[in-house]
Amino acid sequence: MTATLPAGPETVPTGPARGRAGTRAGALGRRARALYSFLGPSGTIAAAVLAAMLILAVGAGLFAPYDPNQASLLDAYQGPSMAHLLGTDAIGRDVLSRLIYGSRTSLLGPALVIACSTAVGVPLALIGAWYGGLVDAGAARILDLVYALPGLLLAVITAAMFGPGLTPAVVALSIAYVPFLSRVVRAAARQQRVSPYVDALTVQGFGPWRIGARHILRNIAPMVLGQSAVAFGYALLDLAGLSYLGLAVQAPTADWGVMVSDQDSMLRGHLLPVLVPGLLVVVCVMALTVLGARIAGERPERHPLWNRRGKRAGAE
Amino acid sequence: MLELNDLDVALRVGGRMRRVLSGLSLSVAAGEAVGLVGESGSGKSMTVRAVTRLLPEGAAVSGRIRFDGRDVAAMDAPALRRYRDRDVGMIFQDPRAHIDPTYRIGSFLTEALRVNRGVGPAAARRQATELLAAVGIDDPERRVRQYPHEVSGGMLQRVMIASVLAAEPRLILADEPTTALDVTIQAEVVAILDRLRRDRGIGMLFITHDLDLALAICDRVAVMYAGSIVEIRSARDLHRSACHPYTVGLLGSRPSIQARVDKLVAIPGRPVSAFEAPPDGCAFTDRCAHAEPDCLHGRPALEPFNDGLVRCRRVADLAVLAESRPESPAAPPSEPAAKSVVEPPAESPAEEGTQP
Amino acid sequence: MSAEALSVRALTKVFRVADAKGRRAEFTAVNDVSFALEPAGSLGIVGESGSGKTTVARMLVGLEPATSGTMTVLGQDRSQPARKAADRRERARQMQVVFQDPYTSLDPSQTIGSAVEEVLRAHSALTGPARTARLTDLMDQVGLDTRQTAARPRELSGGQRQRAAIARALAADPKVLILDEAVSALDVSIQAQVLNLLSDIRAATGIAYVLISHDLAVVRQLCDTVLVMRKGEIVERGDCANVLDHPEQEYTRVLRASVPVAGWKPLTSARQAEPS
Repeated sequence: MTATLPAGPETVPTGPARGRAGTRAGALGRRARALYSFLGPSGTIAAAVLAAMLILAVGAGLFAPYDPNQASLLDAYQGPSMAHLLGTDAIGRDVLSRLIYGSRTSLLGPALVIACSTAVGVPLALIGAWYGGLVDAGAARILDLVYALPGLLLAVITAAMFGPGLTPAVVALSIAYVPFLSRVVRAAARQQRVSPYVDALTVQGFGPWRIGARHILRNIAPMVLGQSAVAFGYALLDLAGLSYLGLAVQAPTADWGVMVSDQDSMLRGHLLPVLVPGLLVVVCVMALTVLGARIAGERPERHPLWNRRGKRAGAE
Repeated sequence: MLELNDLDVALRVGGRMRRVLSGLSLSVAAGEAVGLVGESGSGKSMTVRAVTRLLPEGAAVSGRIRFDGRDVAAMDAPALRRYRDRDVGMIFQDPRAHIDPTYRIGSFLTEALRVNRGVGPAAARRQATELLAAVGIDDPERRVRQYPHEVSGGMLQRVMIASVLAAEPRLILADEPTTALDVTIQAEVVAILDRLRRDRGIGMLFITHDLDLALAICDRVAVMYAGSIVEIRSARDLHRSACHPYTVGLLGSRPSIQARVDKLVAIPGRPVSAFEAPPDGCAFTDRCAHAEPDCLHGRPALEPFNDGLVRCRRVADLAVLAESRPESPAAPPSEPAAKSVVEPPAESPAEEGTQP
Repeated sequence: MSAEALSVRALTKVFRVADAKGRRAEFTAVNDVSFALEPAGSLGIVGESGSGKTTVARMLVGLEPATSGTMTVLGQDRSQPARKAADRRERARQMQVVFQDPYTSLDPSQTIGSAVEEVLRAHSALTGPARTARLTDLMDQVGLDTRQTAARPRELSGGQRQRAAIARALAADPKVLILDEAVSALDVSIQAQVLNLLSDIRAATGIAYVLISHDLAVVRQLCDTVLVMRKGEIVERGDCANVLDHPEQEYTRVLRASVPVAGWKPLTSARQAEPS
């Protein structure tokens, strides 16, 4: 056994890029198949869509045919052509280029929102779940209070106080999304907290921080990740809405929400510059929801977020 | 009365068919109590589900299940309902999960009487209190007005027995009815079940993992392994002269309350399900201390031996062996060779089954 | 240091509960329980549900604070919950526990090997090859091979998981092991293997056991002395064989008579007054 496990069991091959060059392709194929069987057909499509968007956003300079802000009044309101695949907008900017560059702000905003609310919400959830009692009840009441406040309303208030812009919108939504993550994570962490393996670790002399970070968090990680992905979709939707209202990203900057608010095009019956970014927002949110539900191991129709927000999205 | 003939059942698990019963044959005569004993994965609970046609969707069944000569598989919906209502009654392990918590105990008991039997409300109520008294519940008048959460698990199991008796079935299927109960409560519930069943001449198929319990209250006991019966004989004989190495092993595995032994006769490895067992040969081979290379080929049949049925091709040799060493256990204690479930169950034949 | 591995005096646990009408009430789960266990001894605590036996176990290992009474392990007091990390570690090295359910008592996302190694890292000075060697020894001792060491709990059977839980408990090299219904959830043939394993380990290491169980036969097989508990109190105690063969208390007699054995006929006279 010592011969096969030279440095303890943690070195047992579980990583992907291990093995000689000859077997690497085979190993990659195996990884891909394993990933596919985990994600399922719908999850794989969702992941592929999101990966493509991410690549476009990162490499915008490489993929976009034009400068997104280069106006040319002579080329205004052109339909799709070889020169402009999706046509141009009211001041002759290339719609495709604006979409590609717009994915940067459109994805960065929600990423910041989720990063902040996860960073606050998950530790809060773990602490509440671990100590229970008054600590838990106190945290839960505060979160309920925040939960009762719609994120968009909070963002409108901050915009009124600090002026419109991406930063105040992100801060407002980060606060609004904390209970979103925290409540679900708390329930999952609570389940882990009372399971005998946590008792066993306690008897082994490990402290709450170590058990929380090394064991409980690791076991609920898929759920946290899935929940974050779903929340990402809704943050994207909210930020696009705020940008549409002119409260987040400001007009000349390429952004999907800003693009949707191009009412001149709409009024002239020139729909492409408005519809395509709107469609992209919808596709993104759907992909994130499907992927998130898949990662968290929940069927999408049962997902509490899906249900709750689904109703609201329908009313909007 | 109940006859299972060469029953094969496979369940659909994640798109694949997994065999849980293979070649199961068993009969229960009117008024007879038959114990069905096995470890997890042996298929004992699936047998009950097959008998009541309660197998999960997508299950493939072959072989015959007959009740009084009628083919259970061929019954149409009304016939099946009548069969489940009148002919068989079922007692589950967890009564709390099988009794609707929103109805009073009285309503639970009278519902079947009123709906299926057309008994009037007053008569049904009287019968319900009589039944509760019969299963040894004090103050039945008060109990019928209580909700399931207000009574203990042992009492609820007696309510369950009462509800089964209300239908006056000819066969009771009891699936681990006392496993969740404390030992003193188990003794009570079993005593009541045993007495009422005998008084009323009801047959019983008693599913349990507890061989001692089955031996105590059943007329005949069948021992299951990997989806089929490996030995069946009268309870009295099985206890004294078990023939199949697995039965002998089970008897030796259980510590005794009467004396401590130096070392329990453990069976190495772990119990397997029918789908994990090798397709050819005896399913018990790789845990058996008496296996020979020949045991890996051809499935042994369930054949008569010493007034019982045994599924072992070496049963005659082993009987001689056991007689020559009357005091020593049939299977020598061996190191537990625990096997991982991730490996394919069929091991290379060279490694095993070579002890004389 | 006292001669006793474990000594418990007047241990009491009172839970605050809500009664049927939602008022605050008190429920005494364990009432004035005292016992002692010498090094390498083996004590069985037998009782039915509600007897308080599991609460005793949870108080012993520090998962539940005692309402009153004292507990000492190897002469050191542990009546109060550990405050400092060093105390927690120290206590962990004195006493360990194996729980009933092999399916939930191991971290599902951790391999068996890394679970045991985590404990070795926390409690022993061993490093590098020496630690790996100790890990191998522990795994050999409980009968798990290399592949099972590298597996996650999900990939193992119930019996193998319980072996892993035993290895993890032994990794801290405790002097007392609490076995809280540790073999109750196992199949009969697996239970026999684990009982034999536990006997071997005690013979080899001189560890002391406290076995919490509802199963009289298992207690008889593994324990020298026994306590019979009912409704939070000790009903009878003494040498295991003596108590089971010649019970003095009515309750012990009933318990004994309720166990199905060869030629056993269930008696309705075994009836207990049930709470309604």
